[in-house]
Amino acid sequence: MTELIRFTAAETAGAIAKGEVSAVEVAQAHLDRIEAVDKKVNAFLHVDTEGALAAARAVDEKRAKGEELGPLAGVPLALKDVFTTKGIPTTCGSKMLEGWIPPYDATLTTRLKDAGVVILGKTNMDEFAMGSSTENSAYGPTGNPWDLTRIPGGSGGGSAAALAAFEAPLAIGTDTGGSIRQPGAVTGTVGVKPTYGSVSRYGLVAFSSSLDQGGPCARTVLDAALLHEAIAGHDPLDSTSIDAPVPAVVEAAKMRDVRGMRIGVVKEFAGEGYQTGVMQRFDESVELLRELGAEVVEVSCPSFTLALPAYYLIAPSECSSNLARFDAMRYGLRVGDDGSRSAEEVTALTREAGFGDEVKRRIILGTYALSSGYYDAYYGSAQKVRTLISRDFDSAFAGVDVLVSPTTPTTAFPIGERADDPMAMYLADLCTIPSNLAGNAAMSLPVGLAPEDNLPVGLQIIAPAMADDRLYRVGGAVEAALNDKWGHTLLEEVPAL
Amino acid sequence: MSVMNLVSYEDALASYDPVMGLEVHVELGTKTKMFCGCSTELGAEPNSQTCPTCLGLPGSLPVVNAVGVESAVKIGLALNCEIAEWCRFARKNYFYPDMPKNFQTSQYDEPIAFNGYLDVQLEDGSTFRVEIERAHMEEDTGKSSHVGGATGRIHGATHSLLDYNRAGIPLIEIVTKPIVGAGERAPEVAKAYVAELRELIKSLGVSEARMDKGQMRCDVNLSLRPHGTETFGTRSETKNVNSLRSVERAARFEIQRHATVLTDGGTIVQETRHFHEDDGTTTSGRIKDNAEDYRYFPEPDLVPVAPSREWVEELRAALPELPRVRRARLQAEWGLSDKDMQSVLNAGAVEPIQETIAAGAPADQARKWWMGELARRANETGTELAEQPITPAQVARVTALVAEGKLNDKLARQVIEAVLAGEGEPDEVVEKRGLAVVSDDSALGAAVDQAIAENEAVAAKIRDGKVAAVGALVGAVMKATRGQADAARVKDLILERLGAEGQ
Ligand SMILES: [Zn+2]
Repeated sequence: MTELIRFTAAETAGAIAKGEVSAVEVAQAHLDRIEAVDKKVNAFLHVDTEGALAAARAVDEKRAKGEELGPLAGVPLALKDVFTTKGIPTTCGSKMLEGWIPPYDATLTTRLKDAGVVILGKTNMDEFAMGSSTENSAYGPTGNPWDLTRIPGGSGGGSAAALAAFEAPLAIGTDTGGSIRQPGAVTGTVGVKPTYGSVSRYGLVAFSSSLDQGGPCARTVLDAALLHEAIAGHDPLDSTSIDAPVPAVVEAAKMRDVRGMRIGVVKEFAGEGYQTGVMQRFDESVELLRELGAEVVEVSCPSFTLALPAYYLIAPSECSSNLARFDAMRYGLRVGDDGSRSAEEVTALTREAGFGDEVKRRIILGTYALSSGYYDAYYGSAQKVRTLISRDFDSAFAGVDVLVSPTTPTTAFPIGERADDPMAMYLADLCTIPSNLAGNAAMSLPVGLAPEDNLPVGLQIIAPAMADDRLYRVGGAVEAALNDKWGHTLLEEVPAL
Repeated sequence: MSVMNLVSYEDALASYDPVMGLEVHVELGTKTKMFCGCSTELGAEPNSQTCPTCLGLPGSLPVVNAVGVESAVKIGLALNCEIAEWCRFARKNYFYPDMPKNFQTSQYDEPIAFNGYLDVQLEDGSTFRVEIERAHMEEDTGKSSHVGGATGRIHGATHSLLDYNRAGIPLIEIVTKPIVGAGERAPEVAKAYVAELRELIKSLGVSEARMDKGQMRCDVNLSLRPHGTETFGTRSETKNVNSLRSVERAARFEIQRHATVLTDGGTIVQETRHFHEDDGTTTSGRIKDNAEDYRYFPEPDLVPVAPSREWVEELRAALPELPRVRRARLQAEWGLSDKDMQSVLNAGAVEPIQETIAAGAPADQARKWWMGELARRANETGTELAEQPITPAQVARVTALVAEGKLNDKLARQVIEAVLAGEGEPDEVVEKRGLAVVSDDSALGAAVDQAIAENEAVAAKIRDGKVAAVGALVGAVMKATRGQADAARVKDLILERLGAEGQ
């Protein structure tokens, strides 16, 4: 049974469709794996054993009746605990929502269920998706399966760790400033932030509405593409959802051909602060792309250096408003309601007790940035930077098909190392943030281990909005070439847990 | 401050010039809420018309109600506003338990309609132009009720109940520019403006605009400045004034209150105030200092609203006849002088008369009843004319009975009174009270003969051709029949008996 957990999603679906294995067997194998290793990893906040087995049984019954199965039917998945799941706890990694059972499914949850995907449970994350290490979870940190003393990235560390620990072949993340890609990079998995507006945000508990984007996490480019196709597409319940066909990502993932593509290396993402081994693997990837027949040029995006400060004004501003609803009145935590206190006092006590330090820090930052008299200087200026960044992307994409950079300047750092230094923590998202601000599409792809610490390095590929297929075309080709070179996939080198 | 210590209204106006701003909230009559599919029907079980979006549950998102936008554009057009080519919603951030997200989705510096005006007619027939600053879209809050206290207010309550059925119902907020130059007529202008706006909203069919049901609520902002000065004084904001009469009274009281404070050398505090229907006063609410900061920013969960020019023009072309135009038309149709029309307007009789005519009554008859008997009664009871317990259809039926000769004027009056007293439909009243006109010749014959016999001198004059004298005999017959005779028939019978017919 050990073999089952090492299957890719595509292989799993194929085996179930052919009847070589039942969906229930697959689900049980993963539930057993979670049972065996998750005490060490802490990828899951909630495992829905019964729900998973019931969903798997439904797939098996469908197959028994001869009904057609979708391309991911019966494949287990780990869902970031930021999407609502009807009847299943949704905490967003916060004490504030401990015990909250949503009365409705996110659109993404519904689409997964409709596709026959088996949701194993909800994964750990930085509280309300604010963080780059999953250390900000109110339910304890998640370990990186490559080295359990190191962070798995964040905010979606639970989802990425679940993949690397073979607890699930597929996972869902959300990416506001890099929360899918950076965990992907440091765990040696594939993570994609689709074009803003292509995956519905209905039921995604908002951190920063104009930046948040759900997306696929997987161990292979093809698996990510299959999941991308299952969750993307217009949703009338999300006004910012794009009403256009989803790019042909699965087809692109299978092409394995980058000949004739023009690839731009972002000049600004290098230099001080970038780990030597990370740059080494990155440079090799660029060389590989050249060998595969792509044309590589250097491009400059000068505004990208302003992305981090702009992000730390826009995201906290939106979060300060989005998180105002947690007031102890209707759901979630309620502290101090002893009959003697006013509603206002109960709200204050609850927010004091329910939010962690990083969430409070951002609420305060955002409240300040939106204050009258400061709005223009902070929020207003940040929006202008956002426009400048989009222009940099536009002019870059006028000459190239995709841009590439390291996903994150360093490999996974030890748990606790940056916990008291928010600025150092924020730098982990230096390369990923511009795509959130511009709303385009980006992927992180594992391209080897840094020689100095034997930890995974991610290559970031960025494509224009609604050209997500290019990510898969480049990613699929690089992945195939590297697997050929190594003779195996990178994740086969993960130490046993 | 008690009413006793107030500076008189005349004294206040002798020293100060009032500046007013009126903010009117109108609940739109859309079937569903502004940002979700929940019903807007009033009176449902608390919290039965809610969903993740209007409860502000984590993860929920808003979707704009297209009918709400259309209604806003119609209101903007009817108010002679410019319609934005592109505008956004904004979040107004503040904490209050009846607001599920702790921000209100509203519009800030990009309203959908702006720079308009509304001409309102004052009681003397003159027109006053009220400039409109903006009309913008937003959502209503839920409703809290405070339990356990004596007053129903939050003070002293042991707990509060929250009903979110109203949360998310579409609102249009219409804000005037500062109304200057109204002088002593400021309260009248305020009332006339709200009345005209209400007529306008109703004529557009976008809301029933019932103030008594909270579908239309007015905030009266008022400040005074000494005559001859330009700078506005500090204003007070009297919130949620819920009838036309109250709007006028609130403005009047605030003028006197401000004048009293200023005359004593005091300063007006910028604050919200509550209006009290019972004694017409206002009391202090919440201090609005500069610390209040709503931290507005564009709503990132919604896309901009960009009404195409073609669509705006389509809506403009399809606007119904607006109240002013309609009033001019009705005046012509009813053949009224300016003065008479103004009386009809002042009495709030346009709608009742119009509906009575629509129910089949002749214009003069419809006007006669509503402006006479019924207006008198409304005055005496201090109620709105339209709220009298009689329908236009019932009034029309009474006029029909008169036209058919079944009732005369005196009897008709009795029928109207009986209907007002709740005795039923006009026909039932006639039946039950036996009020029908006596026109049966045999029954009348005896009375006529008796009248002639008792008034021989008058009868002789008539025989001599002085037909005009017949009135005295008719009066005698009417008296004898307690008013139930058909006067025309009586006259004919008398002339016939005295051989004076045809003259
Ligand atoms: Zn609703």
